[in-house]
Formats: sequence, C-alpha cells, structure tokens
Amino acid sequence: MSFTTVSPPRTPAPASPGPVRPVARPPRSHGLAQRLRDVGVLTGRNLLHIKREPLQLSDVTVQPVLFTLLFVFVFGSGVVLPGGGSYKDFAIAGLLAMNLTTSAMGTAVGLSTDLGSGVIDRFRTLSMWRPAVLVGRSLADILTAAICAAFVAATGLAIGWRPDAGAASILAGFALFLLFSYALSWGCACLGMVSKSPESAQGIGLVILFPLAIVSNALVPTEHMPVVLRTIANWNPVSAVTTACRQLFGNPNPSATIHAWPMQHPVLASLLWSIALIAIFAPLATTLYRRRTTD
Amino acid sequence: MNDLMIEAHNLGKRFGSTVALDGIDLEVPAGAILGVLGPNGAGKTTAVRILTTLSMPDRGWARVAGHDVVSDAPAVRRNIGVTAQDATLDEVLTGRENLLMIGRLGGLRRVQARARALELLNQFDLVDAADRVLKEYSGGMRRRLDLAAGLLTRPPVLFLDEPTTGLDPTSRVRMWEVIRGLVADGVTLLLTTQYLDEADELADRIVVIDHGRVIAGGTAAELKAQIGGARLELTLSEAHASASAAIGPFVAGPVRVSHDGRRLRAPVRNAVGLASTVVRALDEAGITVDDVELRQPSLDDVFFALTERPTDEAQDRAEPESEPSDADLEVARR
Repeated sequence: MSFTTVSPPRTPAPASPGPVRPVARPPRSHGLAQRLRDVGVLTGRNLLHIKREPLQLSDVTVQPVLFTLLFVFVFGSGVVLPGGGSYKDFAIAGLLAMNLTTSAMGTAVGLSTDLGSGVIDRFRTLSMWRPAVLVGRSLADILTAAICAAFVAATGLAIGWRPDAGAASILAGFALFLLFSYALSWGCACLGMVSKSPESAQGIGLVILFPLAIVSNALVPTEHMPVVLRTIANWNPVSAVTTACRQLFGNPNPSATIHAWPMQHPVLASLLWSIALIAIFAPLATTLYRRRTTD
Repeated sequence: MNDLMIEAHNLGKRFGSTVALDGIDLEVPAGAILGVLGPNGAGKTTAVRILTTLSMPDRGWARVAGHDVVSDAPAVRRNIGVTAQDATLDEVLTGRENLLMIGRLGGLRRVQARARALELLNQFDLVDAADRVLKEYSGGMRRRLDLAAGLLTRPPVLFLDEPTTGLDPTSRVRMWEVIRGLVADGVTLLLTTQYLDEADELADRIVVIDHGRVIAGGTAAELKAQIGGARLELTLSEAHASASAAIGPFVAGPVRVSHDGRRLRAPVRNAVGLASTVVRALDEAGITVDDVELRQPSLDDVFFALTERPTDEAQDRAEPESEPSDADLEVARR
C-alpha cells in the first residue's frame, strides 16, 4: 500500500527554520500595567471563590473561634504568667499568630487544587504574565487571613480580651500579622507547587506549620521550656510577631525580659522575618511553578 | 511555504521510556481544517500540547502563525485559541465570569471582554446559562463554553483537542455546526478526534496518526481511495470452509471471516454487477447466502486497513447481527 499524499520524511530538522511571515497581532509585552491587570483579574477570581464557597472558610472562621475558646479556658486555667497579668490578655496575640500561621496552608491547598485542574493549562495558553497565578492567589489569601484575624479578635473581645494601647498601635499590630501571614503564604505556595494533591499539601502543611506555631511563645511563656526548645522559640518568627503584637496591643508580654535579639526588637524582627520569607519564597515559588508546569 | 499557519517538522516527544510522538510532520495552510485522527494514546494530545506551547518537544520544531513554539512561545500564545480535551475552565465561576477572566488575561480591555463574552454566549446558545456556575453545566454546555473561551481574542489559529469526545449525539452534531461556523470566519483549525466520521465531516485534510507517527494523510476521499473503494459484506446461512476461496477472484484484498464463519468482509474494486456475480459463485459452490451488502468505504475501514486494528468507535457501535465488528473478524489471507 502506498500513500501518495503522505510524506513523513525522517530527515533531521534544518538548523534554522526558513523564512516566515509571522502573523501580525498587536504585540503584548508584559509591562507593569499588564502585569497588574493580570494579577488583578486572578485576585478577583480567587475572591469569587471565597464568596462562592463560604463553607471552605471554616478553617479561618469556626476553627479560630474554637481554638481561641479552648486555649483560653483550658490552658488559661493552668498557666501562670511570669510577671503577672491575665492569660486571656496574653493569649489573644498568640492565638492570632497561631491561627494565621496554620491558615496559611490555604494557599498551598488552593494552588494545588488549581494545578490538579485544567485551569492552569488554560492560563498557560494565554499571553498573560505567568506569575500572576501565584501573586493573585497570595493577595486573595490576605482577605482570608483578615477574616481569620477578625474572628479571633472578636472571640477575644467577647470573652474579655482588652488591648491597652492607642488605635494606631493596635492597627499596626494587625498589619504586622497580615504581613507575616502574607509572607508565610509564599512559603505555602512553594509547598503547593511540590505536593501531588491538595490533600498532601494539607498534610505536609500541617506537619510544618503546626510545630512552627506551637514551639513559640504564642501560647505559653518560653521560660520553662527545655533549653533547645526555648532557643528555637525565641528565634521563631512566630514568637517575634507575637511579641511585637503584645507590645503594640499593650498586653502582658513576659518575653520583654528575654535577651534574645528578636525578643528585644520584636517589631523590627517581625518585619525582617517577613521580608526575608518573601524574598526567599516568592522567587522560589515562581521557579517551582515554572518547573511544575513545564513538560 | 509562507502561507502555512501550522507547521511541524520531525516533532518528537518522549515521557520516560514511552515515546509519545515519534517524529511527525504537519502542515496546515491558512484557512484550512486539518483533522488529526488516531486512537487513544496515538499522540494527538501530545502534538496539540506542543503546538500550543504547553509542552516542549524533544526534537524537531514547529511554527504556529509563523512563530516558533519554543523560542517564541509568547507570540504563539497571542495567535492561538485552545480547547483542550479536559475541561480547562473554573468550575466555581459562572460561564460569563469565566469568559471575562480569560478575555482579560488574553489582553482584552474590560469593555471589550464583556462585549465579546456576550457575543459568544449568544453565538453558542449559552445566554440563559451565562450566570450559572459551571458545576451546573451539562457536558455539551461545558464544551461549548470551552470553545467560546478559545475564541475570545479572535485568534487566527484554533486547536480543538477531541472537541466532541464524551458528548451525546445531539450535542455532537451541535458542536459540529459551531465548528463549521468558525471556519466560515477564515480561522485555521487543527482538530483532533478519534471519530472518523467527525474528521470526514469537518476536515479538509486528514492525517492519521498511530504510535506517535503519521501513517497516512490526504483528503477523506483520497484516504478512502487508498483502500480500494467499496466493501463487500456477506452473511452465509452457515459457515463454509471454502467460502473465502469462492469469492477470492472477485475481491481486491484480504477476506475477513468472523469467528462463527458466517460473515465475510472484503474490499472490492469494481462494484458493477459484483453482488450477483459473487452470489452466483457462492451458489455454484453450494453455499447459501442470507445477506449481501456493498458498502462505500468509511474512514473506519481506512483506519483498520492502516493499523490492522479497529477503532474503539467501530467496536462500540458494532451490531453483531447485521454488521460484523472488526474485532470478531479474522483475517483470511488469500
């Protein structure tokens, strides 16, 4: 049987393709305006997800309320603060830190879900700025973090937590939390890129984030911890953020007497930690994303 | 050469030890429809993924709209619309929101994207469903929306990867109408399919690929001509060992016999008066014939002739009583 119309020549490809007439389409360079637009569009998409599926917000609504109540009433009955003060007032900044840290996992789960669906392939055939997928996710997750913070704060206020500082100082405390949570979400974006499924992203995320939140001064003062744990806790970014916010909220802050540098300069330490996390994980996430979506 | 909108040379791709594409060549002139036909796993999707910049070739090169798919991928993306085999839209958003998002990411201004989305929703009969989330869409609606998503920026080159796989017959015919409408707009289209009738319906030219290679190409008519015209199908009252030999002189290729020996199928070249000749010959050999059928060749026949393997579709729709499926026919070489 012979096919006159077929020519599958097995000749090697020419070194350089011959002359072409590229189709003229409006060129689209990825200028800042376009990047911002792509980021805006994808942030909007992720915000719509939050709006459409409020049940998936239980991690940042029900869980924070539950944790706040449990820790304050169960731990609070057994913890004596060095230097005195109410555990309730001490604990809310720590609970904010803990809940925001664990809820950063949402970024990993969300990205992993996207990667498992065909929607990323669709994005990749468009002439968009690719990292917008990651930036849009991290920005939308700021809202999730803000919801989480609001639930913890509201629960705290309801059970008697009272900040003792000016409004600007209190707001600065919340801003610091959100910045830190944003930085963590870039770490979690990396996790989302390397995990095979949303479930494994959640599993691995918990294993990393939960100890990070617990081995800190968030829930108990560090002074009675074994020396290794105490050192880790004093240098843990979660401790820095917690300490900074206790200071900014005017709440009991036993860590003020600890000589570790981050405990003496908690606001600066929190800022540096957040910036460092973003500087490391944002480029890494972008690289991992590129690698994950290349075959 | 200059008016080729899609051009691939010696394109190859392997995944580990699996060779997905083994050096294929494709050429699609501007405004033409190429049907890429092959069974599951033939390499169709891999080819489309490379041409749409989703995947990197291991060897060979390809240009779409004059731009190299590897070195100039961003320019390729500005010129293509893609409807992938798997759903590539956001399940949680509505149809309209999906189109707006993709239009904006494709470079349209907000106002343009909104107008174009509405236009496409109208064109694809999705206006009523426009504000429902995709989870509530039927398979046919999703495919139409996916196609609409590929058309937002009015790209000159379209890739449709198995656009009707999994659709019910009505949705399928409807999808065909939509696709035909596109071509009237002068779009260049590459369409993959496992359905031979689909390629026959829609494509100007067809390439058949199997195991990552192009095994045949041409117009539907040319492909049919390659297997020698019409096909004779006989059903005997009972199996007869010498039946193949009796009709041997009148056929133009191997006679295939079903397992029960009652059904015979063979390609024939000259159909004039052939049926009575064959029946007479069998009669003289003492063989009683229940049914004789002369069929114009379908692309199923082409595919079988090329690959010695039936297509999935031919197996699915075969009716054992009236039409012996290729699967239960054995080749009886003359």
